[in-house]
Amino acid sequence: MLMLELFFSFFQIGLFSIGGGYAALSLIEEQIVTQHAWLTMTEFADVVTISQMTPGPIAINAATFVGTSLGGIIGAMIATLGCVLAPCIIVLVFAALYRKYSSLRIAEGILGSLRPAVVGLIAAAGVSMISHILVGAGNGGIVLESIDDVALVLIIMGVMVLRIWKVNPLWVMFGAGALGGVIYTLLG
Amino acid sequence: MSSKPKSYLGLFIASFQLSAFTFGGGYVIVPLMKKKFVDKLGWLDEKEMLDFIAIAQSSPGALAVNASLLVGYRLFGLAGALLAMLATVLPPLFLISIIAMSYSAVVTNPILRNVLRGMGAGVCAMILDVVIEMASAILRMKRAYPLFLMIAAFAAVAIFQVNVVLVIILCALSGLMSTLRRKGDTSPHVDA
Repeated sequence: MLMLELFFSFFQIGLFSIGGGYAALSLIEEQIVTQHAWLTMTEFADVVTISQMTPGPIAINAATFVGTSLGGIIGAMIATLGCVLAPCIIVLVFAALYRKYSSLRIAEGILGSLRPAVVGLIAAAGVSMISHILVGAGNGGIVLESIDDVALVLIIMGVMVLRIWKVNPLWVMFGAGALGGVIYTLLG
Repeated sequence: MSSKPKSYLGLFIASFQLSAFTFGGGYVIVPLMKKKFVDKLGWLDEKEMLDFIAIAQSSPGALAVNASLLVGYRLFGLAGALLAMLATVLPPLFLISIIAMSYSAVVTNPILRNVLRGMGAGVCAMILDVVIEMASAILRMKRAYPLFLMIAAFAAVAIFQVNVVLVIILCALSGLMSTLRRKGDTSPHVDA
């Protein structure tokens, strides 16, 4: 029963994730943190972080992580299968249509109005991650004293470095990791 | 330019390598796929690869998985599609399940926990950077409707906790209706 829920949950993630990895974040968060509580927000944030360091699409990584923790290798395979099933069918249908009409006008039209929405969804996922990192889980409102100012400085510095020097984002992540490791450990 | 004969094994190895050694998601893997299948192996021509990328982007799901399905399908039909997809999914499946199994040992180590906390802040910066980049592209369009969709989708999910699937379905429907309304316009679409 759990495996069936796992499969169906990632089937939905596969079916509705449009517009690249970051766009799938709110969808994945909703399914595995909010609806099913298979991961805590901390674990989810860690999975997102780990996904940036490892190869592979974020949805597949999330599927494998959740699947493994719920049901070992079999769980990982079921979740991954759920995740790729809908795209698999849709892509092949689109390929056939494209061969016949050499145009995907309707799909492109749908995508055209999804693109701005996708930006909004990524922003929503970003806000959720940031508020988790800054104030942690559990406490309702944002209390000024409970804000993690180390994280706040790291985020602001990171955005500035990315905007001004356009460095490879991996460097920002590893830099923030190294700084965080040193500072948090020293602060205890 | 066809330099190497096509084979199932070759397709599997090429897709596996691409997936295993590409960091940074769909937009990084796509140019590398072109390099591999068009320039190096000569199994596809450039026009085909561009079409595949357009189809992969128009479909739901991970870009890398979708693109490899299309490449496999073009080379060996359904069996090729499934083989290429398997080769693309196996590296993350293998790696992440090992990470998931050792996760609890890693996060209980206080120093590694602190490093992950710092990295999490770095990831937030990456997401913000992407949002700034994409939102300014929407703003530059200087059109009210896309701007409205962007803000409405954000507010619906971040503030009003509306179901994400519902938001996507509604936006897709609005796109479908405006496309059908423009049905008379048969000018060819070039942009992908």
